[in-house]
Amino acid sequence: MAIDLEQFKGIFFEESFEGLDAMESGLLEMNEGGANLETVNTIFRVAHSIKGGSGTFGLGPVTSFTHIMEGLLDEMREGKRDATPGIINVLLESVDVLRELMASFRNNEDPDTSHMESLQDQLAAIRDSDAANSTETDRNGDSQDESGDGASGNETTVEGWNISFHPHEGLLKTGNDPALILRELGELGEITVDVDDSRIPSLPNMDPEACYLSWEIELKGAIGRDQITEIFEWVEDDCDLELTPIYPERSKNDRRDEDRRQATRDDRRQENRRQEARRPGDKAPSKPAATIRVGTDRIDAIIDMVGELVITQSMLSQLGEDFDMSKLDRLRDGLEELERNSRDLQENIMRIRMQPISFAFNRFPRVVHDLSQKLGKKIRLELVGEETEMDKTVMEKINDPLVHLVRNCLDHGLETPEERIAAGKDDEGYVRLKAFHQGGNIVVEVSDDGRGLSREKILNKAVEKGLVRETDALTDDAAFMLLFEAGFSTAEQVSDISGRGVGLDVVRRNIESLGGGVEVRSIPGEGSTFIIRLPLTLAVLDGQLFRIGEDTYVLPLASIVESLQINRDFLGGVGHDAEVYRLRDEYIPIVRLSDIFSTGEHLEDLDNALLVVVEWGEKHIGLLVDGLLGQQQVVIKSLETNYERVKGISGATILGDGTVSLILDVSGLIEMSYSIRDAMKPRLAASNGRIMA
Amino acid sequence: MEAAKTTEVNVVENQYLTFMLAGEEYGVDILAVQELRGWEPATPIPNTPSYVRGVINLRGVVVPIVDLRDRFHLERIDYGPTTVVVIVKVTDCEHERILGIVVDAVSEVYNIPKTDLQPPPDMGGSISIDYITGLTTIENKMVILLDINELVHEGILSGRKETLSETGQSAEGVAECA
Repeated sequence: MAIDLEQFKGIFFEESFEGLDAMESGLLEMNEGGANLETVNTIFRVAHSIKGGSGTFGLGPVTSFTHIMEGLLDEMREGKRDATPGIINVLLESVDVLRELMASFRNNEDPDTSHMESLQDQLAAIRDSDAANSTETDRNGDSQDESGDGASGNETTVEGWNISFHPHEGLLKTGNDPALILRELGELGEITVDVDDSRIPSLPNMDPEACYLSWEIELKGAIGRDQITEIFEWVEDDCDLELTPIYPERSKNDRRDEDRRQATRDDRRQENRRQEARRPGDKAPSKPAATIRVGTDRIDAIIDMVGELVITQSMLSQLGEDFDMSKLDRLRDGLEELERNSRDLQENIMRIRMQPISFAFNRFPRVVHDLSQKLGKKIRLELVGEETEMDKTVMEKINDPLVHLVRNCLDHGLETPEERIAAGKDDEGYVRLKAFHQGGNIVVEVSDDGRGLSREKILNKAVEKGLVRETDALTDDAAFMLLFEAGFSTAEQVSDISGRGVGLDVVRRNIESLGGGVEVRSIPGEGSTFIIRLPLTLAVLDGQLFRIGEDTYVLPLASIVESLQINRDFLGGVGHDAEVYRLRDEYIPIVRLSDIFSTGEHLEDLDNALLVVVEWGEKHIGLLVDGLLGQQQVVIKSLETNYERVKGISGATILGDGTVSLILDVSGLIEMSYSIRDAMKPRLAASNGRIMA
Repeated sequence: MEAAKTTEVNVVENQYLTFMLAGEEYGVDILAVQELRGWEPATPIPNTPSYVRGVINLRGVVVPIVDLRDRFHLERIDYGPTTVVVIVKVTDCEHERILGIVVDAVSEVYNIPKTDLQPPPDMGGSISIDYITGLTTIENKMVILLDINELVHEGILSGRKETLSETGQSAEGVAECA
């Protein structure tokens, strides 16, 4: 029976990527001097299991590469080698290379091995460098050594191998099948197998799950030892294995030649497998479905809730069988129960997708480590609020924007140690990533204590690019927001770290497409802070339904501060057509949704009209609506799926009666209302700015 | 019948669904057509071109509805009992979109061999020739075959061109504040 390995491949990749993350953070830890044995062991284990797994799935390049890494790590583990920064950097690069390799294998693409090969040479060079004086004797003495430091082909050319394979009785219980192993060996070359069945006991004494057979195998062909040990990788501990090379008359072929032949064979083998993998159904290779790891407690909670739901349902159906008005109360209770159950269930299912933001933050120690070296700056990374949970899909999408912002801080924000000392600061700067909840939003801040944004430079650049006129007087905030315009870059020198000028506008677009927004604050000489605000989840929200003209719209309940009836006495007008409302001590600009959306009628008299005060960050505006309807949870459907993004609208939902209703995007509305009134009323905008500030 | 006649000839031919629009017959590749529906009121989307009539709920999927008369700058008429919404599926870089297109009435399904297509003459006007696969004559009538993918992506979806002017404008007006 052939086992379909494909189904395990996805798990293998997932685990390997997790392993690589662990490896990376371990290496970084070692770099900071905390090289305890446990860390080295963790790293070693990752390398080892990737090597093993990749062997099973026939990912030759990964196997051979991790093999060398493993050798090196093994020496570190045994204390034969010190973890110098040089070695750690090479190992970190190896982690990257492995990630790349695995990613291309996962997508069934041809991996680009050039980078890997150069790194492999570096690793080998390190291994050979002083391994010579410490471990050479070792290796010469014991050529059977299983750890096989001899990576690829430092054997003299052999004509074949005699393999004696004596499985222990328990081999089958570990899920290994000798027949598969033999078949695999057969793929390497010409194979002759002798089976020894002398150990099989008589039927009454036989344990049907034990392995009584053993094999003597003669394998012909120029095959490296590691190719054979790779096949036996998983059964090493459950059998007695002896490998004896069969030598021809000792012709010393060029070792490189041998290597190459092996490599091409590996490639071919891989190619065969890849084709095999594609054959079923002749489907185009598709990306494997994304998976998520969920704590069993969360799943248990859901199962409990489903149980309750079933009980409520049976209670209700029983009630329905012979219903009369005397049971009305019980029906109401039952329906209430049902509502509670379904809401709980929904909340818990949403929680499955929630993950701590540390998943997104974890890559930054590496980014900072690499870049600070490259830039010659001393930088400390501070992570705050790593346990803040957010929707996995949201998190995946802010990954790139975050990396971008952090790179920006490192490259442009922070100064070199000399500059810092000259400015009277500590020579070590910091970058802080901070996440926290605020209302129905999650806020992620990226801040540094660098030189801050230069208003001058930004404005000069903006004038040069024709974004603003020289005579325009901008607030600091408005000036800083220019950074997010397409094609805007102030870095005097374009570096490969950041500064291609394609960055911040992409950051903004990504975040806005998630229904969020981005802001920037900066104090010259003290640093700058980029603030990303995002909705907690992309799937469901608590909505307030309201009416403009004939149409029903939805506002996220979390963004509503209060709803009130306008009292004429508190109305104020600034110039023509711009209205503010005095709410306690604050002047709130009134936004007529009917104007922005060009629907409904333009109310002349605002007395007694309904005003919904909404907030975004620290900004408040009052939306004028024609009528408030109920509150309900709505399922968010994207407009972009079939249409495109519309300003001021974050999505759509389907109401109970089957009609579609649009969900308003508060940050977009605020922006729209500003741009409309800014265009019309410079003076008003100024007074608003003061209120907002 | 037309279909029987043409299938005997061994040439590449496509099936087209044709519909009427202000007296002219237009055709779209039938493989792009998902279903036909009667007109039903849609939820309008603010700040979209007038030919975007809004969105409807198509079995749980939010689908935009586009009035093709309006898009082609033809005279608007009231929707009547023959008014049909053709639900089409278009693809763009592996992303599939579903849209509804309001037409006066659907007419026929034809098999049209590629060789019978004439390239569209350059006529200017509101319909770019990029949206047209070709013209053909069936029973002495002209049928305009539309490239629905091109029409939707270039002629209907427009929002991907990010405009700088909006923010430029907003920045302009702000007076001294800090």
